[in-house]
Amino acid sequence: MSVKYSQDHEWVKADGDVCTIGISAHAAEQLGDVVFVELPDTGKTFAKGDDMAVVESVKAASDVYAPISGEIVEVNSAIVDEPAKVNEDPQGAAWFVKIKMSNASELDALMDEAAYKDFAGQS
Amino acid sequence: MSMNNQGRPTTPTSGAGEAMETNVKTFTGNKALMIEEALSFEVGDLSGSGVDLPELSGQYDRLGGVNRNETIGLPGLSEPEAMRHFVRLSQKNYAIDMGPFPLGSCTMKHNPRLNEKVARLPGFADLHPLAPESAAQGALELIDTLAFWLKELTGMPAVAMSPKAGAHGELCGMMAIKAALEARGEADRRVRVLAPESAHGTNPATAVQCGFKVEAIPGDGTGRVDLEALKEKLGDDVAGIMVTNPNTCGLFERDIRAIADAVHDAGGYFYCDGANFNAIAGKVKPGDLGVDAMHINLHKTFSTPHGGGGPGAGPTVLSEALAPFAPLPYVSCEDGKYSLVETLHHAEAEDGGDTLGRLTAFHGQMGMFVRALSYMMSHGRDGLKQASEDAVLNANYVLARLKSEMTPSFEGPCMHEALFDDRFLKDTGVETIDFAKAMIDEGYHPMTMYFPLVVHGAMLIEPTESESKRELDLFCDALLSLAKRAKAGETESFKAAPVYAPRRRLDETAAARHPVLRWTPPQTAQAAE
Repeated sequence: MSVKYSQDHEWVKADGDVCTIGISAHAAEQLGDVVFVELPDTGKTFAKGDDMAVVESVKAASDVYAPISGEIVEVNSAIVDEPAKVNEDPQGAAWFVKIKMSNASELDALMDEAAYKDFAGQS
Repeated sequence: MSMNNQGRPTTPTSGAGEAMETNVKTFTGNKALMIEEALSFEVGDLSGSGVDLPELSGQYDRLGGVNRNETIGLPGLSEPEAMRHFVRLSQKNYAIDMGPFPLGSCTMKHNPRLNEKVARLPGFADLHPLAPESAAQGALELIDTLAFWLKELTGMPAVAMSPKAGAHGELCGMMAIKAALEARGEADRRVRVLAPESAHGTNPATAVQCGFKVEAIPGDGTGRVDLEALKEKLGDDVAGIMVTNPNTCGLFERDIRAIADAVHDAGGYFYCDGANFNAIAGKVKPGDLGVDAMHINLHKTFSTPHGGGGPGAGPTVLSEALAPFAPLPYVSCEDGKYSLVETLHHAEAEDGGDTLGRLTAFHGQMGMFVRALSYMMSHGRDGLKQASEDAVLNANYVLARLKSEMTPSFEGPCMHEALFDDRFLKDTGVETIDFAKAMIDEGYHPMTMYFPLVVHGAMLIEPTESESKRELDLFCDALLSLAKRAKAGETESFKAAPVYAPRRRLDETAAARHPVLRWTPPQTAQAAE
């Protein structure tokens, strides 16, 4: 399935009921050089909109919100060790977490690539 | 002619100074008075010591066997070495005593010398915090007098004097709100705190520290709180709101009374961040706006020093509803005799049994209390009002003068600070940070950058009332010239700035990703390689 985006600049890619989540290339560029990432523990559950992770750049510290509800099944600790990866490949190797969705219909509320491009262009 | 028989040239060697300026590398690395200063560890010697201590006589100590056996690794500088080291470092430092310090939301106003003179009076300066009350009546009276004027200026019935910084004052206020909710039996239910998107970062941090969950209140597009959006978020699970007024966009929250009423109707409390009180002191009483708690940064509004991190002082005024929960200790006066209420037992006897407890070891930042009261008394009621008016006037002068080349984020007039964003740099390749670095070459400390977060590439300028029109004009001319240069395509010179600072552009990313926090002696460092 194709990538979807939240208004808070997270991307979501669903594979069955497990979603890979990260921050958009636009967000990574706006943040500037990322210097610190904090990820949640696996097994933790989040409701849509909860702050789930922290990403800090030389410019700002930002919360990363859960774009969908569910349980954390895997985290990408490589980006904790090497935050620079978030700038290098935000929508690929530098994914943040994998969440097991508890409500797949929440995906419908997210934007597709074209809609997000429009949205990010304005903001 | 035999007029100059010493051989001393009477005309300067023409042009050489200009051309050689950047080419000469001195043996020492120093550039005349700009000394290339080593770390204190490198100046001194770990094996030596600057002081001679006598051998301890006798075997007895009370350390119970936990005496340190190893050396602690302090550099052994002699007194002149230590003094020169810090004086040399201080000469590289920009300070409010050197020039304008336009950091928005920091209120870097002049620290009058009179404050310093008064604070150094032996009766204040040499007083020990554990001195008996009978020997500290003057100091206690001073705390009480300062407290009186803080309550008078804010129109609030109580003040906690002990918080030691703005954020500490926030903590005090939010703990008082928590205590009040507990007394009402609603602490478990009221878990949400609302704060605008433009809030100081300390606001949500304080609320989280107190166990609340923070939610952002959206802006209304004019840089202020959206009252309707706020009302929608209110409910019986809201503990309160934290709003700065004037806010971090340098604007007065016009709906502040309606905001306070809405929050009170919903059963919550109103915490006002008083960091920007310097714009309204003597003009508006926060008590009249429905505020329940507000900290006052003595190191901003009342001119006590805060360059280099402090010491700050954040007395926190409290409303009738929160006053019973004020922390210990506080000053009490009976028949002209002052005492400190320091224990719960004492507080209960004084009818203060609901206190949230002790917040600090001692009674607050006494040295700052003396300076703040000195500032207040030397300015008087009319002087404080004029200081607020002049701070706002100066900010509006800067806003008006810079409008032609820079882009203000919101319609003026502003309060004590003028907010610009980076739209005027669009397509120039120059970013806010480059612009700020170029200001260093012009001899100015940069303004606040990238805050507040609600505008892109923010530049927040707070000139304060201290600056003369001549100084403001020079500052504005320098910024206008930078803006013109950026638009004229001199991008590379901005990217290279600062050129004249002791250190050029620092690699903030590398510093954050690979911080070196501990000095290691060269031989150890070599052995480790």
